[in-house]
Amino acid sequence: MLQAIWLIPLFPFVSSVLLMVTAGRMPRTMVALLGAGSVGLSALVVLGAGLEFMRAPEPFTLTLWHWMQVDGFNPEFAFYFDQLTLVMMSVITGVGFLIHLYSTEFMQDDRDYSRYFAYMNMFVAAMLILVMADNLLLLFLGWEGVGVCSYLLVGFWYEDPANGAASRKAFVVTRVGDAAMALGLFLLFTELGTLTIQPMLEAANQTWASGDTLAALAALLLLGGAVGKSAQLPLHTWLPDAMAGPTPVSALIHAATMVTAGVYLIARTHGLFLLAPDVLLLVALVGLITLLLAAFTALNQHDIKRILAYSTISQIGYMFLALGVGAWSAGIFHLMTHAFFKALLFLAAGAIIHCLHHEHDIFKMGGLRKKLPVVFWSFMIGAAALAALPFTAGFFSKDQILLSAFELHAPIAGIGPWLWAGGLLGALLTAIYSFRLVFIVFFGAAQTEPDKQPGWRMAGPLSLLCVLSIIGGWFVLPLSSVFPAADGHHVSGLVEGISIGVPLLGVAFAWLIYYRRSLPVTGITESDSGVALRGYWYRGWDFDRLYDSLLVNPFVAVSSALKSEWVDAIYHSVVRFCQALHRGLSQSQTGKMRWYATSMVFGLIALITLLGWVY
Amino acid sequence: MEGVVIPLNHVLIVAALLFITGLAGLMFRRNVIFILMALEVMLNSAGLAFVAAGTAWAEADGQVIFMLILAVAAAEVSVGLGLVLQIQRRFKTLDMDAARRLQG
Repeated sequence: MLQAIWLIPLFPFVSSVLLMVTAGRMPRTMVALLGAGSVGLSALVVLGAGLEFMRAPEPFTLTLWHWMQVDGFNPEFAFYFDQLTLVMMSVITGVGFLIHLYSTEFMQDDRDYSRYFAYMNMFVAAMLILVMADNLLLLFLGWEGVGVCSYLLVGFWYEDPANGAASRKAFVVTRVGDAAMALGLFLLFTELGTLTIQPMLEAANQTWASGDTLAALAALLLLGGAVGKSAQLPLHTWLPDAMAGPTPVSALIHAATMVTAGVYLIARTHGLFLLAPDVLLLVALVGLITLLLAAFTALNQHDIKRILAYSTISQIGYMFLALGVGAWSAGIFHLMTHAFFKALLFLAAGAIIHCLHHEHDIFKMGGLRKKLPVVFWSFMIGAAALAALPFTAGFFSKDQILLSAFELHAPIAGIGPWLWAGGLLGALLTAIYSFRLVFIVFFGAAQTEPDKQPGWRMAGPLSLLCVLSIIGGWFVLPLSSVFPAADGHHVSGLVEGISIGVPLLGVAFAWLIYYRRSLPVTGITESDSGVALRGYWYRGWDFDRLYDSLLVNPFVAVSSALKSEWVDAIYHSVVRFCQALHRGLSQSQTGKMRWYATSMVFGLIALITLLGWVY
Repeated sequence: MEGVVIPLNHVLIVAALLFITGLAGLMFRRNVIFILMALEVMLNSAGLAFVAAGTAWAEADGQVIFMLILAVAAAEVSVGLGLVLQIQRRFKTLDMDAARRLQG
């Protein structure tokens, strides 16, 4: 089975190509079977390979072919398989399969059923190549592939210009990070002579001492790519807009898999980041600041999907924090549990939107607890895991991250407790906004009547993800051989207790504010400064406005000023000349037969005269 | 055979005059039937030139070609009359300038 891992990305790839070339002529049942089935087959192969691998866990490389050979630069098309790859592949194919199954019902009435599955399958294939790649160039191929699929799927309903704008924004903003990452790859290759990850990390260890400037620069450039893909500060503005796509797309791409690619990249090249402790601290700080900003924003949104989008940004902030404090496996652990519960939340939100005539505004929902019981329980479990209530999946992973942050001493002594406190504040906000969502959407007075109930293809994945969101925390990821060993935690019971208690406190707050409405907060929130602050948070700390006035508007102004400069003017005059000629000639085509005959006669006379004159 | 021998040039001038008459008819007449007749005149002027030239060089080719021209003219007239019927049916007129749907 281990020699057959090349089949894993192949199934979705072939299915995608088939769906593309048939261009919607396939019957819907066939499309659903092919689209979801191919990912299911991949999941089975992953399962088989994983079981065999765990009997004798020895990382290996499977070389398929030589990709190219350019003067000492000869990357191979090769897959590297170790415990980290296995975890990522299981998440991608497992959660991916559930989301595909869900999509077969969610997208049922869509005109472009087959195009949807073609893109989704292509995404899964690209994402698998990203995590299985043995060298950074192949990883970059997958990296760009998922970017393209994300672009196509965000703008899936392209008739609405707003969706097109959202997909362009997602593409362009991540491109900024990708450019940094490409530069990082160039630097790594020129300095170390190879892009194959494992030898490259060894070479980095031998070439650079800890704190070397070049190592820091390379790590910084890779971080740029990771920040773009994972929607971290300052390149996070694209993710909330990316919610324009279909909801299962948000679940798969913008919650469970693609946005965590940055976390995977840093974890995969952790050897390099260890050589640059300053950059590593920057990773932690980026994560911390992002998670706080996004949590404040999530607290003030109306659109159910935007709340989840900001919460995704916030949770990836936790992963970055984990990576930054060196808790590598805790970061990957949170990546996995987050994939479970955030996919669950998105799919449950999708079910609400599906059953409620495409309603997105949470204040127009309400009282759905009795009407959509399956969705209610799914959302409840997802929110509990997101808020990290005890014994849910999110609890174990977030707890590990916070404790590791608390114990950080280097490179600045005493920074650990500050990171921990920030993370804790984030956890409090997370609990408040997730249960704000639950109380507003599912309790209170009913506003909109659902007109249908989710069928088994929607309820099934929801139930499975519920189970995973609860028991996911009990999985022990076999990552100890991939990452440097972490010491056990030696923190006092008080710190541990506070970490457990804070989310519960948050839920209590949410209950008082949004359910009982007994906490006198309106005095604060409705005051002038309160309204202003809430508006500011609602607009996501005005990052969009900042980027618009700083980058977008000047660029648009410059390009519109350059639109009629003289080089273009030359080409435009050629065009205008041709158009004038064309207009003149088309005047002569009168449709009058006699006119044609006459012009032929005069043409003939002219020709004969010319011939007689020449000879 | 006794008689006045008409010089070839004269015949050719008559043929040219006939041709120009036909051409003028083609260019200035708007009625489709007159256009067809003008074409007929032009064909026959070419035929006259062939016959005259064949006689002048004592060759049978000129008359052979005239037979060919007759056949072509017959075919052309049958197609042409079909077109005339269609034009009358579609445009309710025989004015050639009315049939100008292909204008650019």
